[in-house]
Order: sequence, then structure tokens, then C-alpha cells
Amino acid sequence: MKYALLVHQPQEAFDKPRDPALAAAGKAYGEALHAAGVLVTGAGLQPPHTTTLVTIRDGKRQVHDGPYAETKEFLGGLVIIDVPDLDAALDWAARNPAAASATIEVRPLIGYAGA
Amino acid sequence: MNDSATQAAIESVARNSYGRLIAYLAARAGNVADVEDTLGDAFAEALKRWPTDGIPEKPEAWLLRVARNRMIDAARHHQVHEKSEEYLQQITEEAQTVATTHDQFPDERLKLLFVCAHPAIDPAARTPLMLQTVLHVDAARIASAFLVSPAAMSQRLVRAKSKIRDARIPFRVPDPPEWDERVSFVLDAIYSAYTTGWDSLAETSSTHHALAGDAITLGRTLVQLMPGEPEAHGLLALMLHCEARRDARYASNGEYIPLDQQETGLWSHRMIDEAEALLRKAATFRSLGRYQLEAAIQSIHAHRAVTGDIDWPEILLLYEGLVRLAPGIGSLVGRAVALAQAGQPAAALAALEEIPDERIADYQPYWASRGHLLRMLGRTAEAEKAFTRAASLTDDPALRAYLFKQPRG
Repeated sequence: MKYALLVHQPQEAFDKPRDPALAAAGKAYGEALHAAGVLVTGAGLQPPHTTTLVTIRDGKRQVHDGPYAETKEFLGGLVIIDVPDLDAALDWAARNPAAASATIEVRPLIGYAGA
Repeated sequence: MNDSATQAAIESVARNSYGRLIAYLAARAGNVADVEDTLGDAFAEALKRWPTDGIPEKPEAWLLRVARNRMIDAARHHQVHEKSEEYLQQITEEAQTVATTHDQFPDERLKLLFVCAHPAIDPAARTPLMLQTVLHVDAARIASAFLVSPAAMSQRLVRAKSKIRDARIPFRVPDPPEWDERVSFVLDAIYSAYTTGWDSLAETSSTHHALAGDAITLGRTLVQLMPGEPEAHGLLALMLHCEARRDARYASNGEYIPLDQQETGLWSHRMIDEAEALLRKAATFRSLGRYQLEAAIQSIHAHRAVTGDIDWPEILLLYEGLVRLAPGIGSLVGRAVALAQAGQPAAALAALEEIPDERIADYQPYWASRGHLLRMLGRTAEAEKAFTRAASLTDDPALRAYLFKQPRG
């Protein structure tokens, strides 16, 4: 069963200079996921100010700068893992060093319910 | 056997078997919602056939066989994917084994309880989910006990069951590192069923009384499933101590009677004895917990039936332990009352006043206790105010009347 671990961070987390210790912990986490054979894919995202929103309404393409103004937390990165069940996914989410400051959302992927 | 006796026997088998069957099927399917429908059909069939055919020797195997047939029909009808067929095959074989051997029907209810009280399940859905799946309590009755509309309760339950299936919450008994926390979720959900049944109006007691009874049944099941878990014993002891006093809580004219003035002859000494035996058993594990302490406090109150006295210093000691383990508002208020009864009303009032304002705004026992302490200190005007505040926070007319008459008493 595949789960997305979505890392939601407050703006402040993006404003701070990159913490080398945290970066090293993040790298180690990625390696642990890989070594356990559960990693499908993963990526870190650039800060929210780099965001552009695209919608098509009434057949017209609309492009907007930046995330929604009311948003308090932003997607900072995601990992997709393949594990037997939710408990296993929650264990991996808890091991993510970002969990200490950010919130990790664990969501099953569509189409793997029977897998 | 006459008709009503047959009916009662069927209902008893159904009630006893439902939770086990649903746990068994759901643990294999990873899905509560679908197996519920199928089992519902199987029970309907039993109600139709058992009165004439007699109750089968292995009622669970009989029900499982019918449920299996229904599932196969449903699978053909909906053309479910291969995975489901595989598990249907597995269930078919196992049902056959259960039916033909003398093996005890596998009991997976503990896994089901852990799923119902899984941290990924909405806390407001945990207790209703347990009542519905393990005890087969009617959804409308659950809704009425929890004071929500049947539609809202049904939505809450459907959402929880979808989560179990779609997020694949595993049917497993947790391992030691998470054991204590996961067990506490199960205990809390069961206790919540009991307090929901207890804290409510005497007038509507039929629904609520039934719910308290359901909670005790769940507590008994848990002790049976976790014979080595002291807190399961503690929880059941606590519920039985409280339940033992049900008939003594109100006078025949409906007047509210506080615990320390209850007629001890009206207590159920059978339940008290059972609670005491459970507590003694729990103590042999030498691992204290919140529910054992709460039950021990109730045990001292129960002892008044023997000695005529309440050992408040001992109660205070137990509350000290409880406050360390579970510093909830209930234990903080309880400790303050014990302190006052043990002869230190001024220190007790100071302890009450340390509780943050946001936790006391709508907590009736805080205001009632505050009233008692102020009155002990001779501060009658303030006591009256506190009792009035307490009276405005209860939904029990008898308790309200009791609180209103306090300052003048």
C-alpha cells in the first residue's frame, strides 16, 4: 500500500537559514527509507514565494502568483512510501526529522487499496 | 422451550457472537463496513430459521457459513477484484474448518478494539464504533445516548469505517513500546461509554442505563481478552463500584443523594465484591495506573458500608497518586475535596484556585466542590454563588435542586 507523507511547514521554517544538522538528518532519513526498501520517491520543495497557481475556468487559463493568502502552512516536501499498512506509514512519518517542527500528513494513494 | 425463550436464546447467541464474527471477518478483510452488511443478513436468516430448526450446535460456524455465502453472492454481483476473491476463498476454508473441528472459534475482538480506538480514528467516533461493532448496539440508540442526531452519528461511524478500509488501519495487537498508550485509548473509549451512561438525567435513564451496562460488558470482554493487563481490571472495578450505587443515587421522591449520604443497604454488594476481587487481582501485577487508582478511591467509599466511616486521608493519598499519573480536572478537584475532608479546607480551596480558569468554566463538580469548601470556611455568601454556578451547569434536575438548596441547608 502506498502512502504520501506530506510535510507541512509554517512560513518561518522556510525563512530560517538552512540548518546543516537538519539537512544531514533529512539525508539520513532518506537513506534509511531507501535501505528499508520502502521508498518510492521523494522531493523537497522550494519556499512558498516561488509558487504559481494555475486554474482553467470557463476555458480560460488563469495564472496567479503565490500561495493562497489565508494559508498558514505550506507543503515543504513529500515522500511516497510503500508499506503494508497505516501503522507502518505512521512509524516512518514519525521518523522524519521534520516531524519535530512541521506536521506530517499521511495520505494513502489512490488505486492501491487492494495492493 | 417456548417462543420467547427461543427468541431470548437467539438474541443471547447473536449478542455474544456478533462481535467475535465481525472481528474475525473484518480482521481478514481489513474492512468493517462490508462485513457488517453481510453479517446483518446472516443474523436475519438465523432469526428466521433457528426458532423452527433449533439453535445449531455451533452457532458461530453456522452464521459464518451464511455470511460467507452472502459474501460470495455479493462478490459475484459486484465483480470485485481478485484480492477479495482470495480472501473469500480463505474465509471459506476457515469457515469449513471451524464448522468441522472442535477448535475454539478464533477471537479477534482485541484487534477490533485496538482498531476502534486507533489514534488515526476521530476520538468522538471511537466509543460509538466499539459499541456498534463489538456489541452490535443499534446506531439510533448510540446517537440518542451521545445526544446527537441519528444522521450525524451515522455519518461519524461511516467516516470512521471508510478510514479503516481506505487508509488500511491494521488489525493487530500493538507491541510493547506503544502498548501502554494504545491500551489507554481502548480503556478511555470504554470508560467514556460508561460516563456517558452515568452523567445523564435520571429520567432518560433507560437509554443511558443500557449504555452503562454496555460499557461494563465491554470492560468484562477486555479483562477476558487481556487477562494480564492490570488497568483493564482497574477499569472494570471502577465501573462496577459506580454501578453498584445506581439505586442509591436518588431517593424515592427523586431527590439527589450525594455519595457520602447514600443508604449503603441499597448498594449492590455483589458488584462491590466483584470490583474488590478485580482490584486485588490488578494489584498482583504491581503496575499502578489511573483506573486502578480511581477504583481504589471508590473502594474506600464502598468500605463505608462496613465501617460506617470514610477514610479521607487514604483517599487523599490515592488522589495524590492520581494527580501525578493523570492530572485531569476531575482528579484535581477530587484531591481538593479529599484535602478538605481530611481537615485542611483552606489548603483545599487554595488548591482549587490553582486550577486554570479555562478548565473550570463549564465543569460543574468544580463549582459544587468550591461551594462546599467555602461553606466549611464559613464564607456563606461566596459559597452560595458557587453552588448557583454549579446548579446552572448540570442537566440533572435532581442534582440542580440539591445544589440550589445547599447554601440554605
